[in-house]
Amino acid sequence: MIVTFTVNGESRVANVAGDESLLTVLREQLGLPGSKNACEQGECGSCSVIMDGALVTSCLVMAADCEGSDVTTVEGIGNDRELNAIQQALLDHGAVQCGFCTPGFVVAATHLFDYNPHPTSDEIKEALSGNICRCTGYGAILRGLEELAEGSA
Amino acid sequence: MEITRPRSISEALDARAEDPGADLLAGGTDLMVEVNFGHRKPNHVIALRKVEELAQIQDNRIGAGVTWARLEHSRHRALAELARTIGSPQIRAAGTIGGNIGTASPAGDGLPWLAAMDAEIEVASRDRGTRRIPWNEFFTGVKQTALEPDEVILAAVLPDDVPENQFFAKIGQRTAMVISTVAAVVARDNGGRVRVGLASVAPTPIRATRAEALIADNPDPSETVLDEFARAVSEEVSPITDHRSTEAYRRHAAGVLARRLLERCLAS
Amino acid sequence: MTAGLTTKKRVRGGVGESPQRIDGIPKVTGNFAYASDLYATGMLWGATLRSPHPHARIVKLDTSPALAIGGVVTVLTQDDVPGRDGFGMHVPDQPVFAYGECNYWGEPIAVVVASDLPTAKLGVEAIDIEYELLEPLTDMEEADRLDSQTRRMKIRRGDLTVSGEVVAEGYYEVGQQDQAPLGNEAGLAIPDGEGGVDLFAVSQWVHSDHMQIFPCLDLEPEQVRCHPVGMGGAFGAREDVSMHIHLCLAALRTGRPVKMVYDRAESFVGHVHRHPARMWYRHEADRSGKLVKVEARVILDGGAYESSSNAVIANAAYFAVGPYKCDNVSVDAVVVRTNNPPAGAMRGFGGVQTAYAHEAQMDLLGAEVGLEPLQIRRINALGSGDQMNTSGQLIEGPLPTTELIDELAAMPLAGPLDSTDPRHLPGGTGLTTDPRHVRRGIGYGVTIKNLAFSEAFDDYTDVRIVLTPMGVEVHTAACEVGQGMVTVIQQLAREVLQIEQVAVVWADTSEIGSAGSTSASRQSQMTGGATYQCAVELRDQILSEYGGDELTGDGIWKDGQLVVTLAEVCALRPPTHELRYRHPETFVTDENGQGSPHPAWAVAAHRAVVDVDPELGLIKVVQIDAVHDVGRLLNPVAALGQVEGGTAQGIGLATLEELVVVDGVIKNANFTDYLLPTFLDMPHVEVRWVEEPERWGPLGAKGIGEPPTISSGPAVAAAIRDAVGRHLHRVPVLPQHIVGV
Repeated sequence: MIVTFTVNGESRVANVAGDESLLTVLREQLGLPGSKNACEQGECGSCSVIMDGALVTSCLVMAADCEGSDVTTVEGIGNDRELNAIQQALLDHGAVQCGFCTPGFVVAATHLFDYNPHPTSDEIKEALSGNICRCTGYGAILRGLEELAEGSA
Repeated sequence: MEITRPRSISEALDARAEDPGADLLAGGTDLMVEVNFGHRKPNHVIALRKVEELAQIQDNRIGAGVTWARLEHSRHRALAELARTIGSPQIRAAGTIGGNIGTASPAGDGLPWLAAMDAEIEVASRDRGTRRIPWNEFFTGVKQTALEPDEVILAAVLPDDVPENQFFAKIGQRTAMVISTVAAVVARDNGGRVRVGLASVAPTPIRATRAEALIADNPDPSETVLDEFARAVSEEVSPITDHRSTEAYRRHAAGVLARRLLERCLAS
Repeated sequence: MTAGLTTKKRVRGGVGESPQRIDGIPKVTGNFAYASDLYATGMLWGATLRSPHPHARIVKLDTSPALAIGGVVTVLTQDDVPGRDGFGMHVPDQPVFAYGECNYWGEPIAVVVASDLPTAKLGVEAIDIEYELLEPLTDMEEADRLDSQTRRMKIRRGDLTVSGEVVAEGYYEVGQQDQAPLGNEAGLAIPDGEGGVDLFAVSQWVHSDHMQIFPCLDLEPEQVRCHPVGMGGAFGAREDVSMHIHLCLAALRTGRPVKMVYDRAESFVGHVHRHPARMWYRHEADRSGKLVKVEARVILDGGAYESSSNAVIANAAYFAVGPYKCDNVSVDAVVVRTNNPPAGAMRGFGGVQTAYAHEAQMDLLGAEVGLEPLQIRRINALGSGDQMNTSGQLIEGPLPTTELIDELAAMPLAGPLDSTDPRHLPGGTGLTTDPRHVRRGIGYGVTIKNLAFSEAFDDYTDVRIVLTPMGVEVHTAACEVGQGMVTVIQQLAREVLQIEQVAVVWADTSEIGSAGSTSASRQSQMTGGATYQCAVELRDQILSEYGGDELTGDGIWKDGQLVVTLAEVCALRPPTHELRYRHPETFVTDENGQGSPHPAWAVAAHRAVVDVDPELGLIKVVQIDAVHDVGRLLNPVAALGQVEGGTAQGIGLATLEELVVVDGVIKNANFTDYLLPTFLDMPHVEVRWVEEPERWGPLGAKGIGEPPTISSGPAVAAAIRDAVGRHLHRVPVLPQHIVGV
């Protein structure tokens, strides 16, 4: 079936065969492999996207259910020439090692800072408790975001 | 695969009546886990995510489509507490109370609260209309409910006299994103009667009625009575040993949790 | 060697700084190409049929129903392997596909290649296969009794008839941890149209993969080229071949590119895991706490195939006593073969398991003689000039165990319980615990690990440096798995050549020699050491050729004057230098495990503060204080990242992570039930560095990848014991163990 929805501000059309997830469609059909498929169970956050204003795991969204929805992926946040503040903070603090979790963190943290520009350390940790990182132990991610949280509005 | 996208409850009921075998899809946090690993291959999905009528909160009626993220702000204290622990922020933004009820996992985090509140589950079908099923008649077994194939869960409905004094706690091996080992809700009304709802210690959510009766006789319990209360809860539950935990631990922990929650109620 | 580095302003991004990594921007924007993102026109997909039994005979295998499905192009089984029928890190004991007999749950039996992944999976389900169940061997002690093993090690040193007045005995178990890198196994094989194939698949050592692949394909080495690719972590899971031979066979058979990606459930069976362990220990000391004798018996379960078990058991044995002086040591260590899922490399590599035992033992001894945990360790601390307690090897390089202990003791303890927020309490937002339910415990882990490979392994790294007008190119086949070696290479080249523009060029197996494995905490010292040395030699050659005394990004200077520009230097052809770097020689030990098997060591000292709710058995790791023996700090931020990340994995093994294997079957092959630490589980980690330069390696730097994983877990386990006053002998420590029900 044809599913039409907005991805990163552009209208996109997907040809959905059956019950495949939004994640699969983003990666395999729409040329947006930035969202990652580390678990496909909603247990790691590496596939996080913002859909209709909410932070969700795209592996648990059925693509067929996206008709008319508005989706933002990591590719829609910043770009090579102009990173957003979250991306810059992660880079500056060594919070990127293998980087597989990074797109999910970028999306989740961007979403957090959009509605809470000055989160406390505990709020950062809880808001990102659905994003697993296996390389960094989270320390550098926290330091980068704490510095951002302390910064000017 | 076919997908139907109803825009109202009545359209949803029509779709369910036309095809009782169809899968209901709300947040996808249970269904898609099974789909992604090939354990379920739906032929027909009825998508409920955008049926706004289902996502209303009115007085003592919580629509099935209300997400856990919204329920983190519930005026019911224990519901807000438990909503905060479900899955992850991403799961809470998508998962719904109706999905939790429909999946009816023994570990469903919302279910011990419904039990403690003596809630009813409101369901409807095109052909027979609406009915309300008391929670203990709705949950019939592990992932089994009294929902007929042509019915849709509409809401959780609370009685008028829900106690404000209510607390929740959940044990998991990890502090986030974890299926509970034991979860409990204890509420105490103005008359000193308590309700103890528990999950992950039986095939369905349960109330520890014998432990409740103990407190009904002792509305201002001493330490000794609290010990007895904890023991009674431990004895009333029927947990299993699985890859997450052991029967002995769950039994022990249920008693400890219930006692601590009751102490919070008493201190309030 | 000509004049040393100069009075000019030093180039940015050299040693000691933490420059931004060159792959950072693509990674934060989602543009970095991981193996799972690779795509080739006309690409087919592969899916694997795996054994559903831990031990079974295949009595019928009919692939024709799969071939009948539209879109299925071919199905491969062992009959399709033209060359050597097996592979393996040490011995080729694992068949490319199981045939005749399956020896572990999940063992690959066939690969279906189709136009898309769903069709390939349909093909897998369609294969007609019948099994005769065989009795699986799943208990490691039974395997030991039956002598089903791939290596037995015996260490005998000193006089084992002596005895000490104070005795501590213990039995310890370490559960099976999984590396669980977030990036799943993935790869793409592209046939070259001339009978050869290019492979782009996750790896920690492309040359090792290559050596195992081409014999199976019955091809010449140069016909197979293995390329380093973008990867989502490794931690040991990418050291072995997984889909590599399958992919190459599929590409050669179909004449088209073939891709495979394992999902998380398949990933759990698709790679080797850490060896679970059972250990029996007896420590004897004198009244002052000085070790007199240590006896240990260790069994590691290697699962169905050998992988790198021969080296893992060696590490477990050589580090069975820890960084402590003891002249009378007996270790019997065996790695057994069972029908459990194969075990192999995981960060710490055998040292993790025995560390739990020796650190628990030191605490027991300390309690017996009335010494604090750090005191008993300090009086026994091993140092430079001593002999290794197990092998007797003279410790010639730095080993600042005492300094680490002192530094750790001086670090301020974490503040008292902050009860204002449930997130600071055990149970967290589960609201299980009030402050009055909490007991705080403090524990220590002081450990030692070899750096680089051992026991006479010919461990080397090849590097090529090319000087162009645009800057420096460092060519290497080293596998960057995320740890940041790519930046360290740049820093070292900059430091020597004083040219800021440094490009790291990932070379495949046909373009350059082996860089060795990204494991054993070796790449900074080996590929880093090679880069440094190669750069020094190249610089010296150029300066000597042009009579200059200084090289920078502008060109060659003499007496403060620029005499030749870089463009002129490169005019004829870019100056190039190649180097093969080796560490000091190591040796096989004798029949008693005596000799000099290791090229260097690093010690680490961790302190864990853990709050425990003893009634419910829930814990919160509050803080980890860590002191690390780093030789020379090359990149502070990256080093800290290794300590924090390694600590998270140590905490994971101590409290959360275990593959539940029942009768050879993994019960929790998913992230719902294999629990990795989340943001809320991680404590604050405070780190201090001790820099006593090693004799070899770039500027004396020591590897840092593994030590934090080895020290953190025992410290956490000890802290839990301290809080509850019980002797917990098993990790991961679960709530029911703490409660005692």
